[in-house]
Amino acid sequence: MHKNTLTGLLFATTLLGASAATAQQAELTIESWRNDDLAIWQDKIIPAFEAQYPDIKVRFTPSAPAEYNAVLNSKLDAGSAGDIITCRPFDASLALFEAGRLADLSDLEGMSNFSDVAKSGWSTDDGSATYCVPMASVIHGFIYNKDAFEEVGVAVPQTEDQFFAVLEAFKEDGNYIPMAMGTNDQWEAATMGYNNIGPNYWKGEEGRTALIAGDQKLTDEGWVAPFRQLAKWGGYLGDGFEAQTYPDSQNIFTLGRAAIYPAGSWEISGFNALADFEMGAFNPPVQNAGDTCYISDHTDIGIGMNAATENPEAAMTFLTWVASSEFSNIFANSLPGFFPLSKADVTLEDPLAQEFISWRGKCESSIRSTYQILSRGTPNLENETWNASVAVIKGDESPEDAGQRLQGGLAKWYAPQQ
Amino acid sequence: MPAPSKPKTRWHIAVFLAPAVLVYTAVMIYPLFNTLRLALYSEVDQQRIWVGLQNFQTLFGDAIWSEQFWNALGNNAWFFLIHMLVQNPIGVALAALLSSPRLRFSAFYRSAIFIPTILSFVIVGFAWKLILSPIWGIAPGMLDAIGLKFLYQPWLGKEEYALTTLSLVSVWQYVGIPMMLIYAALLSIPDEILEAGECDGITGMSAFWKIKLPLILPSIGIISVLTFVANFNAFDLIYAAQGALAGPDFSTDILGTFMYRTFFGFQLQLGDPHMGSAIASAMFGIILIGVCIYLFGIQRRLRNYQF
Repeated sequence: MHKNTLTGLLFATTLLGASAATAQQAELTIESWRNDDLAIWQDKIIPAFEAQYPDIKVRFTPSAPAEYNAVLNSKLDAGSAGDIITCRPFDASLALFEAGRLADLSDLEGMSNFSDVAKSGWSTDDGSATYCVPMASVIHGFIYNKDAFEEVGVAVPQTEDQFFAVLEAFKEDGNYIPMAMGTNDQWEAATMGYNNIGPNYWKGEEGRTALIAGDQKLTDEGWVAPFRQLAKWGGYLGDGFEAQTYPDSQNIFTLGRAAIYPAGSWEISGFNALADFEMGAFNPPVQNAGDTCYISDHTDIGIGMNAATENPEAAMTFLTWVASSEFSNIFANSLPGFFPLSKADVTLEDPLAQEFISWRGKCESSIRSTYQILSRGTPNLENETWNASVAVIKGDESPEDAGQRLQGGLAKWYAPQQ
Repeated sequence: MPAPSKPKTRWHIAVFLAPAVLVYTAVMIYPLFNTLRLALYSEVDQQRIWVGLQNFQTLFGDAIWSEQFWNALGNNAWFFLIHMLVQNPIGVALAALLSSPRLRFSAFYRSAIFIPTILSFVIVGFAWKLILSPIWGIAPGMLDAIGLKFLYQPWLGKEEYALTTLSLVSVWQYVGIPMMLIYAALLSIPDEILEAGECDGITGMSAFWKIKLPLILPSIGIISVLTFVANFNAFDLIYAAQGALAGPDFSTDILGTFMYRTFFGFQLQLGDPHMGSAIASAMFGIILIGVCIYLFGIQRRLRNYQF
């Protein structure tokens, strides 16, 4: 009898204790498309946060990148979305904010750590409200296999001609596929192709803003020239590139079968884990030696709050922490290649990531041409650019025709281009 | 003589039907009508407004939409045609072979051919994507081994082959179904009829053409209409193998993937439930017309042939 009472008491206190704990503890769920980063969030970022705020539990629940917008929108409509929403830059998130799905974070403590450019991806067109904390940008360029370059005896190309000479040398050598990229998934051709080499031709921000203002057209030389470059890529992409998927390209490169990989800096952490040769990176080659170089330094990830969250205070605490330099440091070093956007000083340890970020010093930065404003209508310029880049690489469409088609599509709904 | 009793209310019929009717209404009939309704609205500045048939006008009249729509419909038609020309004749032939009493191990063949049907389309899509991959696939190596490497193409990556390749993959997966249905129909043909035919000197192949085939025509009709409905509703295999963009260059885009992209959005393109519903309604209409043609045009004639 005595024993029973004791057990009962113990049981009761445990229950009480447990319910008391849950009453205090808030649980936050993060929606994201970065399923590659699951381990880093679980092992590094979340433990660091929970150590400081033991009352808040955080769960990271990513979905597949291409379906993220669709999944997120349906979840938000159904009221089942997480508390914290990872934001894509520009229109997708702006639409969510305008629909009242994302909370206004303009007054968030720590927002002052970011420049206006950093915030532009997640602010209203007039800049009056910011609804996501800028997390990271990605830089485009080319990652190459240093061993292969030594073996074939070629130097890192600076100009367009040198670039094609290097590709030609690898083609002749025959031991390596000159460049690892496929057109099966379509987006690589635009993201790692057109928007990677393009800024050199349309002069970065100058061309991009002129296009938005309607002062330049997609049929202008600056916008057609990158297609002309892409048209020459087809011959260097390896057999059957038409059916080669994005993961195929990653594998081909990290297995050491290809010499050059048209990249975004987000590949760095994945490649570090897989490749057993030394990698280097070079920025998109310019037309003539000595030209100003331009890079795509694209504001890529932000993070905001579901306006309908049940834990607004905990979510605000979390977002304030994300805006801090502590988070920037952990994030930048656990995910080399996602460069922090905050003004805080961050020391990068990864050599490849250092290489990429060093271009910010010597080249002019811009963001991807199709992301701001220009993909708001139907047809969607970004998706059309995927299609056109693939068609040009395969030789199914001439660079001029591609420019003409994109311009026609844009003019259909975008007043300044009509 | 007992007085004619008042007809009893047979309430048990309603009770037994109720669960099925309720579930069916909730998950099929209501969503169907709601989709049709949704297609008549549009969203402007976060407000849902009534636009009547304007979404359909856009879908069929605006070049950007209609091009995609006709492309998808054409691809659907080709997808269906390949199934009719390849899957169903092969299914009939296999069933005829299997029903032959002289064939040994017929149960084994039957199972082996039927197994792909029970596989998940995701497995089938990914498996074939791997088999046909120019980089890791076994197809180039196998062709090389018999000296036919020159025939190899990245089939899933070329506009001119991708849809046909996927149609044939789908044929491979589903050929077991017509085979089983026809097999069952063949087994149900009474022996007396065949024996009577034998007395008249109709044996072997001519017995198949002259006796069995006419008797299984209704089954073939049902299979055709099932194929039609399944093919025009198809989505899964294309999505698993080529993604929602149905590449290369929309050459494998069918109404299902077109509807998915429009309804839910894809990458930067935001979802538009109203245009998506318009496409879904168009799909519903096409299937309805096809099935009606079958029911009133073909099945009636088939029935007239029967005794």
